Amino acid sequence: MTTLTPKNRKPLGALIVRDKYLLLMFLPVFLYYLIFAYLPMVGLVMGFEDFRMGSGFEGLFTSKWVGLKWFNQFFRSPFAFRLIRNTFLLSFYSLIFGFPIPIIFAVAITQLRSRRVAKAAQVITYLPYFISTVVVVGMMTNFLSPSTGIINQIISRLGGKPVNFMSDPSWFRKLYVISGSWQSFGFNSIIFVAAIMGIDPSLYEAMEVDGASRWQRIVHLILPGISETVILLLIMTLGNLLNVGFEKVYLMYSPAVYETGDVISTYVYRQGIENHKYGYAAAVGLFYSAVGFTFVVSSNYLARRVTGSSLW
Amino acid sequence: MTDKTLRRRRVSNPHSFLKASAGDKFLDIVIWILVIFAALVTLYPFLYVISVSISEGSAVAKGSVVLFPKGFSLDAFRMVTGNRQLWVSYGNTFFYTIAGTLANIAFTCLGAYPLSRSHFFLRRPLNFYVAFTMYFSGGLIPTYIVVTGMGLYNSRLAMILPVLVSAYNLMICRSAMSSVPQDLFENAALEGANEFYMMLRIAVPLIKPTLAVLTLYYAVARYNDFFNAMLYLGNTDLQPLQIFLRRVLLQASNEVLQSAGGQAAAAAAENTLKIRYVCIVLSAVPIFLITPFVQKYLVSGTMLGAVKG
Repeated sequence: MTTLTPKNRKPLGALIVRDKYLLLMFLPVFLYYLIFAYLPMVGLVMGFEDFRMGSGFEGLFTSKWVGLKWFNQFFRSPFAFRLIRNTFLLSFYSLIFGFPIPIIFAVAITQLRSRRVAKAAQVITYLPYFISTVVVVGMMTNFLSPSTGIINQIISRLGGKPVNFMSDPSWFRKLYVISGSWQSFGFNSIIFVAAIMGIDPSLYEAMEVDGASRWQRIVHLILPGISETVILLLIMTLGNLLNVGFEKVYLMYSPAVYETGDVISTYVYRQGIENHKYGYAAAVGLFYSAVGFTFVVSSNYLARRVTGSSLW
Repeated sequence: MTDKTLRRRRVSNPHSFLKASAGDKFLDIVIWILVIFAALVTLYPFLYVISVSISEGSAVAKGSVVLFPKGFSLDAFRMVTGNRQLWVSYGNTFFYTIAGTLANIAFTCLGAYPLSRSHFFLRRPLNFYVAFTMYFSGGLIPTYIVVTGMGLYNSRLAMILPVLVSAYNLMICRSAMSSVPQDLFENAALEGANEFYMMLRIAVPLIKPTLAVLTLYYAVARYNDFFNAMLYLGNTDLQPLQIFLRRVLLQASNEVLQSAGGQAAAAAAENTLKIRYVCIVLSAVPIFLITPFVQKYLVSGTMLGAVKG
């Protein structure tokens, strides 16, 4: 900034010398991304090869080229439709059900007359977000167990028949969405609470002088006040629509619920890591990454167009 | 009715007061119900798990524990804490969490600082280099081949190196560092400070609240990491707590009962559920202890994600 000559006129060597410490600092991070992010991208070539494990990464250059064979195989298989549908529906339902709850909760928290209760409720509702997926799924599975779970004990006490929730395909999406919402609504409300707190206090006073009721205040001041945040987050969530968490599905599902529970990432895991069909699994993974990339890029573009800002 | 609300009522328009108050009261009640319901729904599973873990085994088996503990017995705690594998896993998790988080923070700062320096001649291309990894990834299989190809299978480094820097957190850190007043750096540079010194003495101390939030995010992620352990750690002596929890909670492993030894069949059945819930309690304790203290930084930390860039 303070240099007299424009920086782009300096010869490269001089720039390197000037910024040598910055370059040195960044070097480990550069190598990290090179090895653990960009090398795997190069490795996607195996999706077009009959990749054999054992030769390590050299296998990439020695394996037989098979072109689009794995892609054809995947899209002709009965799994393709089911996997794409399950992946899409799991995130779609999570969005429909999970997106409004933090907003409603944030409005309620900020309208509560007792600051102390509001604070306590916030601290409590953040907690599940930091609990591991293993524990959340573990609690759910044990609560819902047909023999020892509390839910089924209550059901049988009320005269009902125990339900085997975890191995019933019609329950999988509901359980996934409800537990996901339970875990994240408190944490996700933080950003909306902050947006509501950011509304100019003089506007509240003006509305009060005009005789607006609290309900009118919510509808005409608070909701419009946070609409930009809401739209931005909605677009960003849409961008990650196909990013279904592998871990949770993997821990929740079993062959009995593949019909509704099996998603692309778990399928890739089974085919690749368990069945050692690396080339085929990488091809399905490449398809998944490419679709995800399209979603994120278009949502980021949309966010820029709509609000003039983007999350990163 | 508190003083504050009374005072607020008094300043409000007297004509609107009567008209609005019935609706306002109703809304107040709805809001109270909503917030209390949310808090109860969040807390109940944890309270239930704690209650079962300390109740009498026979009460648990009969299913009579619904909210509060019935009887009091620490049998299951004794069995779980007497299990060697639990402590091995716990120790591993603490190692991965502490070493991993330290490495995460160090390398995030090292990567973020150069990108926050406006005159750095590679700032834009390197920024893109990092940001692109948030949009596109090689996915599971190629990453697995790379990590195992580097000989990290069954190595403790497999829990640290593949997740060394999160691009998202690096961007948050970079934004915080760019908001440090530039003249601080210029003055330091005039006095002959180099970039390492400026990062450690100016940038890092001034973004402590951001680093607190990033530390929380990283530490929780390292503590909860199940995925990398499942992929890369086959050796039980290296496995973290989450793998142990999965075996006990989800795969019906009765290793804890077996190692406690000499159990009659009935006692075993009674204690299976209790043992599981004890494991949940023990694993959640560190999280429950730490999170409330970092809570005050969370708001600023979450908002940082929404910075324009």
